Amino acid sequence: MKSVVVEHDEQPLSYGKYVVGFVLSVGLTVGAYFIATHSGANKNVLAVVLGMFAIAQFIVQMALFLHVGEERGPRWKLGAAIMMLIVVLILVFASIWIMNNLNYRMTPQQQQQYLRSQDNL
Amino acid sequence: MSENVAAAELRREHEATDKTVFGFWVYLMTDCVLFASLFAVYAVLHGNTFGGPSGHDLFKLPYVLVETFALLTSSFTCGLAMLAAQRGARKEVLVWLGVTFLLGLTFLGLELNEFHHMVQDGDSWRRSGFLSSYFTLVGTHGLHITIGLIWMAIMGLYTLKRGLTNTVRKRLTLLSLFWHFLDVIWIFIFTIVYLYGSLSL
Repeated sequence: MKSVVVEHDEQPLSYGKYVVGFVLSVGLTVGAYFIATHSGANKNVLAVVLGMFAIAQFIVQMALFLHVGEERGPRWKLGAAIMMLIVVLILVFASIWIMNNLNYRMTPQQQQQYLRSQDNL
Repeated sequence: MSENVAAAELRREHEATDKTVFGFWVYLMTDCVLFASLFAVYAVLHGNTFGGPSGHDLFKLPYVLVETFALLTSSFTCGLAMLAAQRGARKEVLVWLGVTFLLGLTFLGLELNEFHHMVQDGDSWRRSGFLSSYFTLVGTHGLHITIGLIWMAIMGLYTLKRGLTNTVRKRLTLLSLFWHFLDVIWIFIFTIVYLYGSLSL
């Protein structure tokens, strides 16, 4: 029987992608761990750097383990992922913003602290 | 003529599989929104320790690093199981699924042990807002892992009994998506809860 070739959304999985994904993930995890434990840098700088390590690993795993962006034709999978990212960013940052704002307006102590810090400027 | 029929049949099957996989993908994306809400709650409450211990006092980073490696490696071996399934190598699928299962079980055991010690020391979810949000976020991830392990055991039995039929292969694809997805969530728990926590950020 002749083999039948059919157009298919998912391309065949490749061994190389999993290996590269695993090696990069291990590297990023170990890197973040050592930066967190062995670096005496400013805390705000550390927060940004560690956040970037997490985002890098997120992209690596989405691309190489979950195969986002490998599909052909209309990219529904990628579209759903981007929609998810938008919702997640709004949800997380708006929550933190609203709660901090509420905290500031509801506690006179913090308000005074803030005013004092402004006086020093 | 019969070849055309066979091709049409195969195409229909592929389309059905693609639809199922996409449907499951949409579920995973909404699950992300669930985790995002729990991350937002944690971000808001993580400073409210009510005089109790903070993340800096509680978390042991080397221990968490071992947990992380168990889960990350299991995500990789899950991928190896999928590669074997693609080749139709049933024994290999079973071996890699077994390894993935054991690594997942190790991760879950380590996490439960951590929880157990915290509760025994009086630092349970009832201690403070910080600990409530911590246990909810990390516990929800742990619950997903537990469900994933049960699913994996069932898929192991299916593969053993039925072989790599199209249905079994499709379900293995969904399982591997779920398992990789849980590792993606863990990246953020590792960074935001444990690394930031140990630095008192």
